[in-house]
Amino acid sequence: MNRSLHRWFGLIAAALLTVLALSGALLSIFPAAEALTMPAAQRVSVAELAARVRAAEPTVEQIRRAPSGQITAYYYEGDQPASAVIDSATGMPVGSGETSALERWLINLHRSLFLDDTGRLIAAGGAATMLALAISGLFLTARRAGGWRFVLKSVRGTGDGRLHAVVSRLALPGLFLSALTALWMTAAVFGVLPEGAGAPAFPADVSGNTGVALTSVPLFRETPVDDLLSLNFPATGDATDVFTLKTARGEAYIDQGSGALLAWSDAGWVDTVTRLITMLHTGHGLAWLGLILGFSALAVPVLGWTGLWVWLSGRRDPKLASAAASEADTILLVGSESGTTWGFANTLQTALSAQGVRVYVGPMSKFEPGRWLKARRVILFAATYGDGTAPASAKGFIERFGGAHASAGLPLAVLGFGDRSFPAFCGFAAEVARIAKDKGWASLIPFDTVDRQSPQDFARWGRRLAETLGLDFELNHQPTVPNTWRLPLISRRDYGASIQATTAILRFALPKTSLWQRLAGKAFPRFEAGDLVGIVPQGSDLPRFYSLASGLKDGFLEICVREQVGGLCSSQLIALKPGDTIAAFVRPNPSFRPARGGKPVILIGAGAGIGPLAGFARRNRAGRAMHLYFGTRHPTSDAFYAEELSHWKKDGRLTSVSTAFSRTASPAYVQDILREDAERIGKLIAAGGQVLICGSRDMAAAVAAVLADILATQGFNLTRLKADGRYAEDVY
Amino acid sequence: MRMKSFLAMLAVTTALTVPGLAMAREVTLTTSMRNYGGDGAYLAYYVTDAQNKYVGSLWMAGGKTRYYEHLSGWYRATGGDTTQINGITGASVGAGRSLKVTVDLADTLFDAGYQLHIDSAVEDMRDSPNEIVVPLTSAGSGQKVKGTRYIAAFTYAR
Repeated sequence: MNRSLHRWFGLIAAALLTVLALSGALLSIFPAAEALTMPAAQRVSVAELAARVRAAEPTVEQIRRAPSGQITAYYYEGDQPASAVIDSATGMPVGSGETSALERWLINLHRSLFLDDTGRLIAAGGAATMLALAISGLFLTARRAGGWRFVLKSVRGTGDGRLHAVVSRLALPGLFLSALTALWMTAAVFGVLPEGAGAPAFPADVSGNTGVALTSVPLFRETPVDDLLSLNFPATGDATDVFTLKTARGEAYIDQGSGALLAWSDAGWVDTVTRLITMLHTGHGLAWLGLILGFSALAVPVLGWTGLWVWLSGRRDPKLASAAASEADTILLVGSESGTTWGFANTLQTALSAQGVRVYVGPMSKFEPGRWLKARRVILFAATYGDGTAPASAKGFIERFGGAHASAGLPLAVLGFGDRSFPAFCGFAAEVARIAKDKGWASLIPFDTVDRQSPQDFARWGRRLAETLGLDFELNHQPTVPNTWRLPLISRRDYGASIQATTAILRFALPKTSLWQRLAGKAFPRFEAGDLVGIVPQGSDLPRFYSLASGLKDGFLEICVREQVGGLCSSQLIALKPGDTIAAFVRPNPSFRPARGGKPVILIGAGAGIGPLAGFARRNRAGRAMHLYFGTRHPTSDAFYAEELSHWKKDGRLTSVSTAFSRTASPAYVQDILREDAERIGKLIAAGGQVLICGSRDMAAAVAAVLADILATQGFNLTRLKADGRYAEDVY
Repeated sequence: MRMKSFLAMLAVTTALTVPGLAMAREVTLTTSMRNYGGDGAYLAYYVTDAQNKYVGSLWMAGGKTRYYEHLSGWYRATGGDTTQINGITGASVGAGRSLKVTVDLADTLFDAGYQLHIDSAVEDMRDSPNEIVVPLTSAGSGQKVKGTRYIAAFTYAR
């Protein structure tokens, strides 16, 4: 509801809001420019100021003080009306008092689109829409972050969605203030607000004399210039006319012969509030705030653009609407880390829905049997994260599932998704299946697994499900491979051939993209070292992922690949000659990269795992402390990045480089040099340092054990560090 | 007393457009604006008697009452009373444009010391009360009068 409100309001109003925001952003410059050129303010009374101005310009009719403190006088030069900004120290004109034609043009565009009252109402509609977008957007941000507590924490996710969230969070306060004040100002213009007292009744009796000395009028002497709004002088030759003084507090008529106060009315609260709100909206008088609002307004086109892309990309893979949990007869819960398992769930949902089955699809974290009023079966699709832990969308599932009793008449099926090359293959799914059995859940169909997104495995499981349900469907799952680019190899460096373990650093050229492709979002996506490149080998549809050793800013795409025995993709990569091309796409991996800021970074890796670590060092230009601990076989055969590492150490990109060689006279592994350096590592972590580990699973486990020992003496533990995002692994 | 009778007359004459009625005649007020380089001008047309006392309003160009205080001559005379301009209010007049308004004015207003005033004001620019002050006379009909700030020329024609 919130989302569709946000989307449709946003799409419909995007063009209007962009015009209003850009004109507003430009207008915000004027008060700042005015503040820079304005004569210094004087702490004088209105009496003194008026006397100075009249001495300089005897024909003065009116003096106005803008909220910024700028004093403007209106007078005559001969019989020509003139106006000028006044230096209140001398009363002399120092510059033009007219609003520039450009500013006036922008104001008219901004508030009424040159359409007068109709335009004002349209612009006010824009402001109301902006307000609705800001509020609904805030709720969506909270939901995206996982609760109100996390709204101010760093934004997760990738691509346009992330950009939209980051930019909107920065701009939200400014946009909210601009929209709210705009609505008040429109209400004031159309007289919707309660009217103030206005001017006092014009005095019927005046002294009839003229020529009182300005400096002897008590009210003028008592009123500081800072309180002044305007002072009107009596018309020449009209003895019945008076001085009219408007201040923040009210409006007064003063006799031009005696200087006596003839009438006074207090300023209404509406006028006072309107003046304050005008100042907040325009920045006239609060130039710094104006600039903040102007910058916030610049976010509007960015938000419109990214919002549009988020919407369009959401439309490209249409998702079937899920039945309500209380209405569905089949409950399908998904535990997925990267999202691929959701694709399988969609395939099953589509197949079942075509058979008239009402399917609810939700994350495993939503395990609420109490709400499943019409459910007749439960199906769990569980992926496994890391070493058998619950994936992101199954947080807290084990606790709730283990704590609940089996529901009678509600048979359950568990299907695990994983990769057999990992030791804990489908570890999480297997544990769920075990708990289900212990708790006495009836089995719908036996526990099964899908290896590396295999469509065959999934179809086999589907046939069994169809048989059990007495339905006729086939699960034909096409894993969606993202659009790939053809990247040509430009250079390669080979290592380890002498010890029959070829490892190569491969550098690919990036495709050239036109400006239009970039604007249309069809350029090669942004990537940084530590992100993943998916490479689709010949003879398979399934991409293999490698950690990137370079970022888009480096101008090339680099990976470090070790040839696996019998590996389809790695042997194709190792066989590449310069000029040969690969089919590749990029997948972000934002949790694995140096955090922003200047805290020290400890890079730990072995073998081909050096790749992303080298990429981090290459971009480390701010001179932040970065220490590399690196394990490899032999200095003569496996000195990956040796030239760069010594160069980066010299120019300060790397603070220290420690290397362990496992096939020399005194063999050592990376965890050994870590233990030797325990003291320094402890200090770096105590100073807020971050640990990034890349390499094989075994190496990462050994490193974790050593680090746990080191941290224990410092009163830290790995779990805490991981939770803070200061300990990240990229293992294979 | 005098003012009351004038208002009665004005009400009658503006309501009655039957030709041949001897007591009132159509008067065309033509105002052309200078290219003063600003937004639309607010203009207040009103009449004072020989003693410079306000007797009634003829036309108000500009619809938003919150800006009327800038027409300070008219505002001072009426206290900002918008019932004075009920039904005789139009749009503000842009720079370089002109405004033609036809009103029925009693014959007794001519050659009797009455004066027609125009106050003008433009947003963010100076107020110009009494920019035009012209006696209502038979001889003055069709004569051009120059303004000081926003009004290039004004004529009234019987």
